[in-house]
Amino acid sequence: MKYDGKVPSGPLAEKWKNYRGTMPLVAPNNKRRLDIIVVGTGLAGASAASTLGELGYNVKCFTFHDSPRRAHSIAAQGGINAAKNYQNDGDSVYRLFYDTIKGGDYRSREANVYRLAEVSTSIIDQAVAQGVPFAREYGGLLANRSFGGVQVSRTFYARGQTGQQLLLGAYASLSRQITLGSVQMHNRHEMMDLVIEDGKARGIIARNLLTGELERHAAHCVILATGGYGNVFYLSTNAMMSNTSAAWRAVRRGALMANPCFTQIHPTCIPVSGDYQSKLTLMSESLRNDGRVWVPKKMEDVEALRAGKIKGVDIAEEDRDYYLERRYPAFGNLVPRDVASRAAKQVCDEGRGVNVAGLAVFLDFEDAFERYGKSEANAHGDHNPSREKVLELGRKVVEKKYGNLFEMYEKITGQNPYFTPMMIYPAVHYTMGGLWVDYNLETNIPGLFSLGESNFSDHGANRLGASALMQGLADGYFVIPYTVGTFLSKEIRTPKIDPNGAAFKATEKAVADRIGQLLGVNGTQSVESFHRRLGKIMWDYCGMSRSAEGLNKARKMVQDLRAEFYKDVFIPGSADEYNPELEKAHRVADFIELGELMIVDALDRNESCGGHFREEYQTEDGEALRRDDEYTYVSAWEWPNPDAGDPTLHKEELVFENVELKTRSYK
Amino acid sequence: MKLKLKIWRQKNQASKGTFETYDVVANEHMSFLEMLDVLNEDLISQKKEPVVFEHDCREGICGTCSMVINGHPHGPNGGTTACQLHMRFFKDGDIITVEPFRASAFPVYKDLAVDRSAFDRIIQAGGYISVNTGQAVDANSVPVEQNVAEAAFDAAACIGCGACVAACPNSSAMLFTSAKVAHLSLLPQGQVEENQRVLNMVNQMDAEGFGRCSNVTACEAECPKEISVANIAMLNRKYFKASLASEKKVQ
Repeated sequence: MKYDGKVPSGPLAEKWKNYRGTMPLVAPNNKRRLDIIVVGTGLAGASAASTLGELGYNVKCFTFHDSPRRAHSIAAQGGINAAKNYQNDGDSVYRLFYDTIKGGDYRSREANVYRLAEVSTSIIDQAVAQGVPFAREYGGLLANRSFGGVQVSRTFYARGQTGQQLLLGAYASLSRQITLGSVQMHNRHEMMDLVIEDGKARGIIARNLLTGELERHAAHCVILATGGYGNVFYLSTNAMMSNTSAAWRAVRRGALMANPCFTQIHPTCIPVSGDYQSKLTLMSESLRNDGRVWVPKKMEDVEALRAGKIKGVDIAEEDRDYYLERRYPAFGNLVPRDVASRAAKQVCDEGRGVNVAGLAVFLDFEDAFERYGKSEANAHGDHNPSREKVLELGRKVVEKKYGNLFEMYEKITGQNPYFTPMMIYPAVHYTMGGLWVDYNLETNIPGLFSLGESNFSDHGANRLGASALMQGLADGYFVIPYTVGTFLSKEIRTPKIDPNGAAFKATEKAVADRIGQLLGVNGTQSVESFHRRLGKIMWDYCGMSRSAEGLNKARKMVQDLRAEFYKDVFIPGSADEYNPELEKAHRVADFIELGELMIVDALDRNESCGGHFREEYQTEDGEALRRDDEYTYVSAWEWPNPDAGDPTLHKEELVFENVELKTRSYK
Repeated sequence: MKLKLKIWRQKNQASKGTFETYDVVANEHMSFLEMLDVLNEDLISQKKEPVVFEHDCREGICGTCSMVINGHPHGPNGGTTACQLHMRFFKDGDIITVEPFRASAFPVYKDLAVDRSAFDRIIQAGGYISVNTGQAVDANSVPVEQNVAEAAFDAAACIGCGACVAACPNSSAMLFTSAKVAHLSLLPQGQVEENQRVLNMVNQMDAEGFGRCSNVTACEAECPKEISVANIAMLNRKYFKASLASEKKVQ
């Protein structure tokens, strides 16, 4: 590996503390003279921009949304993990670290993950101080719930809208810095390219999405907090505009893309209902705290269900297969996402899917209604309630916990989940892969940092539920404010970067040329149609299960699609106006290139781990077969020019000094 | 189902808009925005300009979608954003009118897209608690009564879409502003700055050109998150209190 992870030496639990205590600092008088660009205003971007502003840096912050508050972090539902151990159930920083490493199937960097677990507790303190209305117990203290892959309750939540509340907290902080003048906010501006001067990231070319005008923005360093690339699959739980372009443009300028094939398929989403569908909707993992996943045991019940002759509730208890509880008794319905998704796929492949398309399983709350109902009745002094009364009381308790999710389900499907089990199926949700970063969250390009979902650093091959919010805010509030100093402390003598320098002009011209090229194709097919086709290839061959044969075929298909795109795409309108189709065209063009790299990465990794399941590598009972002897590394791909040959693989060996690599078992 | 859509088309802020009529074939499983996607794909295939409408999460939480459907912001269903409105609530042969949120503080950019940056500026005027990163005390050091936290949440659930403004005959932003004032004032952490906050936010709201509140309460009726007008009453009390309060002086 020609790039260094820069993990500090010393015992795991002391690394971050010692590193913080000895790292170079930038004095307040110098901070005032240093400019930082932050791209993205989700949890990572907004928290970074506001904190860096508070510290005294000059921050320029960019979002393509009309307001920083619209970033897709807003849609995160279930919660945020922190090793507070408020429940006195045996949680600790080490346990959160261990769960995350194990949940990630031993494909992440120990030191980064430990730091994440360490700062997790401060995030909750910070959020509460900002006015985030987390759920509370009757005594006024904070409530917790459980998420997949763990055996403690460490998830803090604000109903099913935790991401919204945390983002509004970060947005409020950001708004305060905008008022104070330390952050200059650029809404409706999309980063089109990265500017590198003398080998350092010094700025971006942004397009004003209202006027189409290209702008050169310079700074001493650039921070990308631009989210994940799940929309490469077209259908995903990501928002419509979520994209890879900022990160991909950095790759085209020499940044490394790490583990791109590690994508998370979330087990509990509302199933696909038709060809016109534009996106999929997640039903929070927190529902698996109380919902039980099942399919019928008998094929005749399956057929009757599909024919609409019976409903889920009509199937007798003994004829139901609660397959997660059966296969994984220790974790039951709360196995990690990759395991739960694969199990759902397996029962559907066996033909036991419960909707017309055969691609859905039940998520049933009847037991929870009963359990909560009884305890509510007891609490009200009614020790012999009727079953109807119990269910009614139980539904009210569940409504308090997940009301907005049940409502959302009903709005989309037209079915009331309080009276009939939900139907769910896995869908693309999160991408563990992302820009390669070192311990400082700096990419291989000096001065270019990457935070949150846009980097690869903390989740290995599978992310645990409620850890994305944790990572985004950890990176933004508590990591980058320190580590950015390792770069900027060497820049205190650098004068303001001139946005009229040669590198800026050349990059701007390259962007203008690319826009001209796209508009110049003037073909016949819409951008959307290419995106749908790409998504289908990726889902069929690089989705929940992958094989060398399929991947090889898919690579060719993506290459052909790319050639066709540049021959036949049609983009209405012009470059110098508000033109959402043009914006989409850029994003899809980048998705096509990234899609190919994901396939190349999946082909290289001849093992199954986390979200990456290669059919050739499985145990006799269909569990993932990891191959630690050969694949305990991070794949960091260099591919500055997809037209000039294959990507180059750099391997960062993962060294585990504190945990023993074990076959992950949730049985 | 076959539908006739009357959609507001406007090239840019400076030009004058007009309704245009389109035919579209939809089915009942589509969301309203997916039905517009079908229309746009059709327009693109004819090399015509698609209808610009803002949208992102398509699950009712980001607050980006902003259109008035048959006279109602986000459409006729209560507690629903346009992206969550499904076509099963319409029937074959329906004529549907689609236009942007209308308010002088929300100028139209293009077709159905409007400028809602005034909302950001209202928040920037004081919709926050002044706490720097790292200053916070332990999260459990200040207990908050459960129902108070729930009430704060109810106010904080506002998605900032602007439907309240579009619904109001005066184009008032009182529901939006009051929801933030209430959220923060209910919590002990937010009470320290509440006087200054409410004054600054209301001043900014007025400066942006939003109208006065005359208690029509259409805002609550049309709010996709069912934010209560009780928040407006709270804002009024807080504003009154803050206006009368003299600055505290240490003897």
